[in-house]
Amino acid sequence: MASTETRQATRETAQAGVNGPTRARIGVKTLRTDRWWLYPLATFAVFSAFVAYATFRAVWGHDYFAEPYLSPFYSPCLTDSCVKGSSDFGQPFSWWGLSPALIILIFPLGFRMSCYYYRKAYYRSFWLSPPACAVAEPHARYTGETRFPLIFQNVHRWFWYAAVVVSLILTYDVVLAFGPAEGESSGIHMGLGTLLMLINVVFIWAYTLGCHSCRHIMGGRLRHFSKHPIRYKAWTLASKLNARHANYAWYSLFSIAIVDVYIFLLAANVFNDPRFF
Amino acid sequence: MGYDLKMRIWRGDQSGGDLEDHTVEVSEGEVVLDALHRVQATQAGDLAIRWNCKAGKCGSCSAEINGKPRLLCMTRLSDFDTSETITVTPMRTFPVIRDLVTDVSFNYEKAKELPSFAPPPRDADNKRRMQQIDVERGQEFRKCIECFLCQNTCHVVRDHEENKPAFAGPRFFLRYAELDMHPLDTHDRRELAQGAAGLGMCNITKCCTEVCPEGIRITDNAIIPMKERVVDRKYDPLLTIGNLIGLRNKDTEGRREV
Repeated sequence: MASTETRQATRETAQAGVNGPTRARIGVKTLRTDRWWLYPLATFAVFSAFVAYATFRAVWGHDYFAEPYLSPFYSPCLTDSCVKGSSDFGQPFSWWGLSPALIILIFPLGFRMSCYYYRKAYYRSFWLSPPACAVAEPHARYTGETRFPLIFQNVHRWFWYAAVVVSLILTYDVVLAFGPAEGESSGIHMGLGTLLMLINVVFIWAYTLGCHSCRHIMGGRLRHFSKHPIRYKAWTLASKLNARHANYAWYSLFSIAIVDVYIFLLAANVFNDPRFF
Repeated sequence: MGYDLKMRIWRGDQSGGDLEDHTVEVSEGEVVLDALHRVQATQAGDLAIRWNCKAGKCGSCSAEINGKPRLLCMTRLSDFDTSETITVTPMRTFPVIRDLVTDVSFNYEKAKELPSFAPPPRDADNKRRMQQIDVERGQEFRKCIECFLCQNTCHVVRDHEENKPAFAGPRFFLRYAELDMHPLDTHDRRELAQGAAGLGMCNITKCCTEVCPEGIRITDNAIIPMKERVVDRKYDPLLTIGNLIGLRNKDTEGRREV
């Protein structure tokens, strides 16, 4: 009986929050008068749209290569279902029966899901924990990232290592994008697709190198900057990018989607790539 | 040029209270604390407000203005439309004492739980030495005026009273980070930060940074680096293997876990 009462009391305390017995009795979740709901709503809409589009494209398995452009969702293309010319690193997963994108997307997906900025964004917009600063959250209990499954957010740096490899591969794709399109002579060429891929990879590097884990690995973990001048310099550069990490997270998200849409439309013969030279 | 400002001020104590309407003449260039003082002087002599320096440096006049945690003395009336009603309430995370004054002793209890700076023995000439570049790193953290707006905004305790015993809060994660980055400190506080201080409860939604009147980047420069240091200790097999086979990071030598 006593334990039931204790549990009941604990539940009531847990649910009280800003309306708890010792707090000022104001009675509303927030008194904010600004449009605090705009950021979580916009984030929810854009992330949902991106996830829906990326899932469709990744599962579909078609129209991801328009020579010399390879969609970032399918790079590297590692299965024997990859279209001719798109496998720059061989086809070691020839046994894979599903879309080739599903093998590799776990790495960028894991990197972004465990990213310190994206965590802020989706905890606020999808989980409303909290929806905005000084706006009461709807949950009765909260344990943060102390237990399964959210304790796995601590693996972020492992995804960062993978993200560096992915960024290198996407950079290689940009180099290949300076190659000839179908029917062009060999040598260096450039089209609108090349430019879009170049912009995309710049944003991806800015996002990857501005990662909080990268900043820590470069020099943040040190106690003595003075004894490690090169790492201090690297930390300083990573810190500069890190200050705009949220911006680069958004820019790179859009640039990935734009490059994929562009290559999708080229591969589906909706229009021809404007060639500069 | 003055105008009549409409205000709603929370009046009451733990037994109850309400928002009270006041209209008070104010002047351009004044801050919310000025308006409250005029209400106190002319209309509500018993209005309780904690304040001190009126310069944003003592951290006394923390409250919530139109629902946002801010310093009363650093919130200019010119930030609001003259026709707007300004609502002022006490901080909503701490027990209210009366009107706009809250009991912030939670923070002092948390401060006591944090082991203080533990420098090594002095050099032969009775001095301790740090390079300027290492001194500069911690300066941002020392700007903290202990207004506790970050503690007040953090939803971990704001929305969950039951988390208070297990969670130190952003102000003290700042202190953990400052000490852990200090070249002369001999304590390793990573286990303590993760365990007793509840660093893992933070889900880095950055509200502490948003409300900091000193502009300290609490989340990016203190909490996340501290989380990464915990990962170094516990969740990074590469570093664990490195330690086992003797590739120890010399930079943290001489530290003792507390």
